[in-house]
Amino acid sequence: MLMLQHTCYLLACLFLILSIRSLSSPRTAILGNRLGILGILISIFAAMSSLGLTPLLLSFCTILLGAIIGIYFALKVKITALPQMIAVFNCLGGLAAVCIALAAVLSSSPKLFDNTFGMIIGGIAFSGSIIAFAKLQGLMKGTPFHFRFQHFINIALLLMVVLMSIIFIFHPNFYLFFAMTFMVMVLGCLLVLPIGGADMPVVISLLNGYSGWAAVGIGMSLNSQILIIIGTIIGSGGIILAYIMLKAMNRSVINILTGGFSGNSGNQHLSSNASIPNSASPQDAAFIMENASKIIIVPGYGMAAAQAQHSLKNLATVLHDKYHADVKFAIHPVAGRMPGHMNVLLAEANIDYKDVYELSDINQEFSSADVAYVIGANDITNPSAKRDPSSPLFGMPVLDVEKAKTVFFVKRSLSSGYSGVDNPLFFAPNTIMLYGDAKAITEQIVKYLEQ
Amino acid sequence: MDIWSLLTILMLACFVGYFIIWGVTPALHSPLMSVSNAISGIIIIGSLLSLESCTTLGAYILAYFSCFLAAVNIFGGFAISQRMLEMFKSKEKK
Repeated sequence: MLMLQHTCYLLACLFLILSIRSLSSPRTAILGNRLGILGILISIFAAMSSLGLTPLLLSFCTILLGAIIGIYFALKVKITALPQMIAVFNCLGGLAAVCIALAAVLSSSPKLFDNTFGMIIGGIAFSGSIIAFAKLQGLMKGTPFHFRFQHFINIALLLMVVLMSIIFIFHPNFYLFFAMTFMVMVLGCLLVLPIGGADMPVVISLLNGYSGWAAVGIGMSLNSQILIIIGTIIGSGGIILAYIMLKAMNRSVINILTGGFSGNSGNQHLSSNASIPNSASPQDAAFIMENASKIIIVPGYGMAAAQAQHSLKNLATVLHDKYHADVKFAIHPVAGRMPGHMNVLLAEANIDYKDVYELSDINQEFSSADVAYVIGANDITNPSAKRDPSSPLFGMPVLDVEKAKTVFFVKRSLSSGYSGVDNPLFFAPNTIMLYGDAKAITEQIVKYLEQ
Repeated sequence: MDIWSLLTILMLACFVGYFIIWGVTPALHSPLMSVSNAISGIIIIGSLLSLESCTTLGAYILAYFSCFLAAVNIFGGFAISQRMLEMFKSKEKK
């Protein structure tokens, strides 16, 4: 029986690793997801096989109930609400780790350090994810939130948690552990509160990784290799994703945690130039696009907010089918609210993923493009990131949209992007602003093109 | 199992994680997040294993509760990933 159990764990481990591995290509990804489900089911089966009859039935029922609720919400949620949904599920995983640690301490488990570790990481993942959810869902303002002595309070809380963990390890006491749990959760909230909307990709990746590290702590406590292996892989995955996002923004973790763009130099306000950017109507834009042979579309968070992906698909279709233009999509790694956010939305609109390119693959193509259609993006196209060393964005990799013959910016106003930095591109001679809602503008262009 | 074997496993798993995560195509970073989120529900093994050592009623309730939470996480996460990945898949027929 024990041998069967271990074989199951081994198989499950293999399947779960393969399931992440298969995400290397969209072709194998769906098979990978099934492998993942299989892996989890096998491991649940293995863990249940050693239970007595009553806990077996009870746990089966709780899992069934959880599965029904989870699948129900997952199928009901809109694809545009994905970042929020991931935050919610992540918060559940964190809370589960906290509960297991609490249960272990209540049952006076001797593995004090491991449980404390699992609880702290799980607690931060839990409360941090709740705040991230509130921000993404719009229940809370997406702007960075600052209050007095913020960093002082955070550091004080952190030190207190560390101190209490040391006391707890030498003098185990449930009430102390409970107080620690509470403090860790407050700390998680405070850590995520000051982080602004556009930095969310980093935070979500990190929090996602935390639930993996929490599993490592619990795995150490319960002597479970599979928890350690899978937890570590997920945890390192979170860190790597966060690293990729940070590099794409040219920022440091400290910079993100302290919130907002701290180095906001106010001396380069271009709006004071009193120059007025070119603007045009959708009809004019349609006229220019009719004659274009190569068009690159650059989506940003504004596209997600306006849910303009389906109109973009129509635009690409009409340009390709009627005017035989070459239409490509260019995606910056940090566009949107989670890693790969734009890719998912474009995929939802049924846009072929082979037409969607990453920053490094398409950047040199802008110079040969007739039209760059920037929809709801700003900072990721700002050329001052390349030229102006005084700009807070300096050093961030950006899309070279200004090299296209004509650049269209679909924006509601001339306001700056998340970074608060003005975009000199708005005032460039080959830039044309299209003021209005991303979806409405795109639909109007499509209408004119179809005529 | 002694602590050193567990730490060895941990170290090796770090390397495995490093290489397979870098192998993921950037276009699938969102599905990666939701799949890894679902897989982090593997902590359900922890809830099930801890049932064996529970001594008080409170501990039992917490263990079952965590089992429930992790189940929501797992099945919800995989269902979302499936939806997401199917959208990527549908273009293959073109």
